[in-house]
Amino acid sequence: MTNHWIDIANADCILIMGSNAAENHPISFKWALRAKDKGATIIHVDPRYTRTSAHADVFARLRSGSDIAFLGGMIRYILANNLYFKDYVVNYTNASFIVGDAYDFKDGLFSGYDAAKKAYDKSSWNFVKDENGIIKKDPTLRDPRCVFQLMRKHYDRYTMQAVSEISGTPEADLQLVYQSYAATGKPEKSGTMLYAMGQTQHTVGVQNIRAMSIVQLLLGNMGVAGGGINALRGEANVQGSTDQGLLFHILPGYIPTPSAAMQTLAEYNEKNTPATKDPQSANWWGNRPKYMASFIKSLYPEQDLETGYGYLPKLEPGKDYSWLTLFDVMLKGAFKGFFAWGQNPAASTANANKTREAMTKLDWMVTVNMFETETGSFWKGPGMDPKKVKTEVFFLPCAVSFEKEGSISNSGRWMQWRYAAQKPSGDTKPDGDIIYELFEKIRALYAKEGGAYPDPIRNLDWDVATHHAFDPHKVAKRINGVFLKEKTLKVGDADKTFKPGDPVPAFALLQTDGSTSSGTWVYCGSYTDKNMAARRDKTQTPMQAKIGLYPGWSWCWPVNRRILYNRASVDPQGKPYQPQKPVIEWVDGKWAGDVPDGPWPPMADTKAGKYPFIMTTEGMGLLFGPGRNDGPFPEHYEPLECPVGEHPFSKQLSNPTALKFEGATEVHATCDPRYPFVCSTYRVTEHWQTGVMTRNSPWLLEAEPQMFCEMSPELAEMRGIKNGDKVIMESTRGSLWAKAIVTERVKPFTVMGHTVHQVGIPWHYGWTWPKQGGDSANILCPSVGDPNTGIPETKAFMVNVKKA
Amino acid sequence: MSGKTFFVDLSRCTGCRGCQVACKQWKNKPVEPTENTGSHQNPPDLSWQTLKVVRFTETTIDGKFHWLFFPDQCRHCLDAPCKMVGDSEVPEAIVQDPATGAVVFTDKCKGLNAAAVREGCPYDIPRVDAATKLMYKCDMCNDRVHAGLLPSCVKTCPTGTMNFGDRDEMLAMAKERLARIKPTHPKAELVDASSVRCVFLCPQPPSAYYKYVQFGDAAPPLLTRKALFAKVLRPLRAFG
Repeated sequence: MTNHWIDIANADCILIMGSNAAENHPISFKWALRAKDKGATIIHVDPRYTRTSAHADVFARLRSGSDIAFLGGMIRYILANNLYFKDYVVNYTNASFIVGDAYDFKDGLFSGYDAAKKAYDKSSWNFVKDENGIIKKDPTLRDPRCVFQLMRKHYDRYTMQAVSEISGTPEADLQLVYQSYAATGKPEKSGTMLYAMGQTQHTVGVQNIRAMSIVQLLLGNMGVAGGGINALRGEANVQGSTDQGLLFHILPGYIPTPSAAMQTLAEYNEKNTPATKDPQSANWWGNRPKYMASFIKSLYPEQDLETGYGYLPKLEPGKDYSWLTLFDVMLKGAFKGFFAWGQNPAASTANANKTREAMTKLDWMVTVNMFETETGSFWKGPGMDPKKVKTEVFFLPCAVSFEKEGSISNSGRWMQWRYAAQKPSGDTKPDGDIIYELFEKIRALYAKEGGAYPDPIRNLDWDVATHHAFDPHKVAKRINGVFLKEKTLKVGDADKTFKPGDPVPAFALLQTDGSTSSGTWVYCGSYTDKNMAARRDKTQTPMQAKIGLYPGWSWCWPVNRRILYNRASVDPQGKPYQPQKPVIEWVDGKWAGDVPDGPWPPMADTKAGKYPFIMTTEGMGLLFGPGRNDGPFPEHYEPLECPVGEHPFSKQLSNPTALKFEGATEVHATCDPRYPFVCSTYRVTEHWQTGVMTRNSPWLLEAEPQMFCEMSPELAEMRGIKNGDKVIMESTRGSLWAKAIVTERVKPFTVMGHTVHQVGIPWHYGWTWPKQGGDSANILCPSVGDPNTGIPETKAFMVNVKKA
Repeated sequence: MSGKTFFVDLSRCTGCRGCQVACKQWKNKPVEPTENTGSHQNPPDLSWQTLKVVRFTETTIDGKFHWLFFPDQCRHCLDAPCKMVGDSEVPEAIVQDPATGAVVFTDKCKGLNAAAVREGCPYDIPRVDAATKLMYKCDMCNDRVHAGLLPSCVKTCPTGTMNFGDRDEMLAMAKERLARIKPTHPKAELVDASSVRCVFLCPQPPSAYYKYVQFGDAAPPLLTRKALFAKVLRPLRAFG
């Protein structure tokens, strides 16, 4: 989230798209309903009428996989009817930037496409710079090569009629959604967008969010109270785990993982530090070398920076290590061992039969979990002959979250400290203790037997335990960071001397020279003289009270800033656009309200002022986003499996850069009469993820006991299915059974003149328990993914449904 | 008699079933062997093991489709027909806490004609365990309330649907909420507010949610003489 949960209550309009917020994030509706109490409009756009739709003022159905068409139509509507917030667009976005002559877009493909590599050379997507290296701009937005005009041209094709044809949303519904949401383009109004996996789990997942971001920038909804792009995260601490570098392509704090092509830290810094010639752009990532140096020092405080950098694992250039790829290469025998830690990929991963088969190629697997899972038991699962599976599986039972002290970071980026409610039961251990003991053993083995490259193991600072027990405070302090050498620095207007061991109070003081450490720079400031995440202080100023801001409650990264890009909530002089709900305000030479995006004066001060979007190189919101792998503007492509052979926008049916694999497990059904129905997966309130914890909670299982398939009465009649019947569902990848829920909440769509049926299934079940519960929805899902993130397309694929 | 009252604002209910699960958890009730029968409503009905159940209804009202959620539970009637039936058979089998107004089934319910007690209830709430003959329903979490805590279902509700407190305070809240939604929901009403301690605000007509939402909407199938007697005796009160 750029904003946070309480802030939803500040919105004048809430667009929930690709999310079933009421069911899957029940607490969101505490705040959504408070906004509604104050007169806000709730809009829900979804293939299916859900418990969220039940509270929406406007509900519009769209076929799964047509979000960019829907949002592209909204962009066109906003531009065509002059509903954008002009000052905001001119001053705070790259609308006025001039794009180079080499940039082009023809029939679904952007310039620079290499058909052999199925990838873009992005060099033609650059901006034009003047002789001083500053990007050329046209603040009148009339230059045909400026972003604004290119965007207008790009979305000119997204007429109401074309969008309706491909999405199946009636034109009247499109009109109502566009009109209601575009009303937030007035400076005094704000609109928020809530999304979840309904937007991201597509081969155009990142571009779905880009399209939402463009709408928000055009309407001036970024940085304001009741605005923003708000990802409702799929589990309590998924924000925290991403912040701490769980994914392969980033180190903690969103620092790119080094590539093997960058052998020295100097080379890494040169290639990963953006630079700008514009003095008013803060270009915050220009500080990256400080964060990388402090990260290296958090692991290897005794080594010099280049040595420490040398120890870090490197990615092979051009090689993908994302989730689906791991299992694709596992199937080919690439791994001997696998740790499935607090996860259940045999049920959670698209193309589950492929995933389960891949596990048979391992020599060993360690599964760390609270319960038996489909992963730990894959060898005795459906279709497996235990005698033929060589994989040796070790099961380490672990403590549950309530039995561990530590922090979780919620969707609103709040780091919240939790105390252990009770001691771990039986012989279970907290995950921290398991990894602590594991590494102690690994290090002892290296000491005894040597190894190929022992130094990174031998020299790692492994002081994470107290009396041989994992110590979450030690780790939290290390994430925050300390001074390693005495250093005198300017803090405010005064000099301050820090001694070795002193906590670093904020990331602005982190250094490139190795004199500071910080495990995760964005968390610098979270554990200083005290544990800031443990704060529960409700004190606020009258200004903060207007927008439900509680700066003393827990701690929020970065630097306790509750609303990101809040410099865009004020005009260039620092006056809030929405004085009734101000986020920050420039008063008597300083900022009041939330922690501003940097201390500098407002933008109108051309000497010291800065642009609002400090994390982008040029300081502007990116209407034109040249960094993505599949194009600078979102473009509609069909899902890899879809019910149509063409669409109104181009001849390019699907995303030409989508992540795909080869082989028998990768057959895709498009316009295949054997798999005629669109299918989407989703969650219910009562279960969580693959259901490992909730299927083992009897009261929750009682409420949602079995795999089900929701379908329209029309489809049920066509297939002779009655409500409550058992049905068989199949895709090219496998089949499963489900109980039919025949409901008017699901309706057929008219897409390109044809009737298209959609069905939906939850992904919470698995064969281990309960015995009559059904198996994982991911048996049906394709292993194809987004070209930027690799996230699988589990929200739109093709199936058949028949009576069992 | 002031006592306590629930106010259930159905304009805020998202059907999350936190209340249903919290009830089972506090009461430590065993689970029922459920299966999906083509509905999300599960368990399908109240039982001696399920004292609170969220009912899901799909319906079209004035041409508009609605998915309605109704967290069903004992209304703790001010003059409870179930207690009148009980009193006529086994004194003190069903008691009313003078402090809170909670209507509570005791172990003496074993001696009652369970069918008559259930038929006496205009809301079809009481249930019996066939094995032990004990009767069960919501007891307002009377133990928690006396300890200064909210009923378990109210404590867990994330949206402000379930509210609980002194009767005057709850009735004031109910009237305020009704007035607030009236402009957008002209048919909204507070159900049986003058005679029960669990007052529902229904944005849609009460009968759209479930047949036993409102007193008198649907007569129990077979009224025993005792139940009928109890109902007739029940005084009508004007909601002030």
